Amino acid sequence: MKIIRWLVIVVYFSVAVMPLAWLAITSFKLKEDTISPTAKFIPVASKIESPDGSDTSVLFTASTDAYRRLGAVNIGSDYSFFHYLANSLIIGALSALSAVGLGTACAYGFSRFRIAGAKDWLFFILSTRFLPPLAVVVPVFMMYRQFNLQNTHVGLILLYTSFNLSLSVWLMKGFIDDIPRAYEDAALVDGYSRLQAFWRIIVPHAATGMAVTAVFCLISALNEYGFAMALNSSRAVTVPVYFAGLQGNISGVPWPQVAAGALVFVVPVAVFTVLVRKHLLRGVTFGTIKQ
Amino acid sequence: MQKPFLAIDRVTKKFGSVTALRSVSLNVGPDELLVVLGPTGAGKTTLLRTIAGLEAPQEGTIQMAGEDVTSRTPAERDVALVFQDFSLYPNWTVRRNLEFPLRAPGRRLSEDEIAQRVSWAAELLKIAGLLDRRSQRLSGGEMQRVAIGRAIVRRPRVFLMDEPLTNLDAKLREALRVELVCLRRELKTPMVYVTHDQVEALSMGDRIVVLGEGRVLQTGSPEDIFRRPVSPVVARQLGQPAINLLKVERSGGAWVADNGVAVAAAGEGGGNSMILGVRPEDIQPRGGEREARVTLVEDMGPTKILLVDWGGCNVHIVAPATADIHQGDTIHPQVDPERIILWPEQTI
Repeated sequence: MKIIRWLVIVVYFSVAVMPLAWLAITSFKLKEDTISPTAKFIPVASKIESPDGSDTSVLFTASTDAYRRLGAVNIGSDYSFFHYLANSLIIGALSALSAVGLGTACAYGFSRFRIAGAKDWLFFILSTRFLPPLAVVVPVFMMYRQFNLQNTHVGLILLYTSFNLSLSVWLMKGFIDDIPRAYEDAALVDGYSRLQAFWRIIVPHAATGMAVTAVFCLISALNEYGFAMALNSSRAVTVPVYFAGLQGNISGVPWPQVAAGALVFVVPVAVFTVLVRKHLLRGVTFGTIKQ
Repeated sequence: MQKPFLAIDRVTKKFGSVTALRSVSLNVGPDELLVVLGPTGAGKTTLLRTIAGLEAPQEGTIQMAGEDVTSRTPAERDVALVFQDFSLYPNWTVRRNLEFPLRAPGRRLSEDEIAQRVSWAAELLKIAGLLDRRSQRLSGGEMQRVAIGRAIVRRPRVFLMDEPLTNLDAKLREALRVELVCLRRELKTPMVYVTHDQVEALSMGDRIVVLGEGRVLQTGSPEDIFRRPVSPVVARQLGQPAINLLKVERSGGAWVADNGVAVAAAGEGGGNSMILGVRPEDIQPRGGEREARVTLVEDMGPTKILLVDWGGCNVHIVAPATADIHQGDTIHPQVDPERIILWPEQTI
């Protein structure tokens, strides 16, 4: 039984890690090795050329060239990869932060007060997700041109915040519903105002939910491509758009560079997820009195 | 009576189409423990929440120390509320839970004062050893002690208790009940204590308010409520086993039940058709004329509870444990005529 359990874990882990591992290997290759007919997966310091010139070896020469190229400014572009990475992180973090903040406040209202037509409002909020986002790309584009929001960070932050808000409201409502009302009632009677009770009681108890919601919002903002491309040409371009731009490279797609960039791009999300993992495991007891 | 500290005047509270309180009026003296007794759904909790300011009534006023507080926030009313289903923030230590009310922004207490009050309350409730324990690690009794501590550290103007002992086991409940009464006397602070437990009501209350379907049915001393209930509904709230209720007619100088049993001698006054109530303790198993059959004997230790078939109607009788009565015996119940209660028939 124990062996089977381990086997399942090992197999699943290998499958899950495989793409990342390949990404890592690719990022240390030279371009020729990435498009070679033989799959090359063992890095060596320097490869010995076979005498007849045929290349069937699984060895490849490890190189950090791809990472160095990430720092270079490509032809036809104004900035290096790291500028776009910073864009992605700023836009992702701020939009996730505001979506979670606004969503929590909104969810608190729906959870705690009698609101006329609350169910209809909640459905309306959810319904903003029914349309494929790209269907509204033209009106959004025109609005943004009107308000000079093209090519700005604020523009994308606003957009991603409003996309993620519906998810945030729904997730947070579930989490806040789980916090007993008596927690706040006790604080109110103890001499706190509603706002103070919200900060001191609701927010700490909803921290788990806020962390989970923030991870979702961050991932969705970082991965968004369509609007980031349609609304930007240069300054506020994000990483997905940068990758797409590499495809038009005159000497073919620079795969090692794509792999290196993707790997660097994954790091922030991984770090953030590890930081909040304590909250992600819902080990926190929401218990009240022992019954 | 002294001038009341807390005066509730014709308060009505509705939730949508449900009316939880119907024109409820009651007074609490400056050093009084008022028990609000009623079955589940009578509006007891709503009444407490309305006094605390957590619910706003549609009609009526609430006064404290002569001031109208109906539109004030809970914080401004300075009352302490102990909840039935919530006592403490589970992830905090006992100390932090006790300090929380003292750290409320309006209170501005010095750190010394806070520490001093916490240790005073901990001393009083014998929880000093638990102060640094996380509250989810406490037993039920300890939790409720700390919850009461949360209420007393504030030195509020009124204590409101919403069935604080309901979730505890019987022994603990009894011990804490006594402690709570003593504590309140020491603090000389008025208290409104909500319960559905008649034992708590009778033993703790200086006065009792009986609530039913959002209405005040009767207000009075425990003795009053127990001996002179205004209606059969109130009478049934108190007493274990419950009061015996019989429909009787006046006939030949006696109250006679449907089945022809002459229950007790009829005095002057009252109508001809009445509801007669007699508590099981007020019926002697022997000495009467009409015979009855014992269908069940419950041995309660100091007493025996008999279920008796008395000419067709079931009657409970409490007999001393020493009485030699067994299932199937024939006895002759006698009702103490001084102790019967009569209501006109339509009050049921």
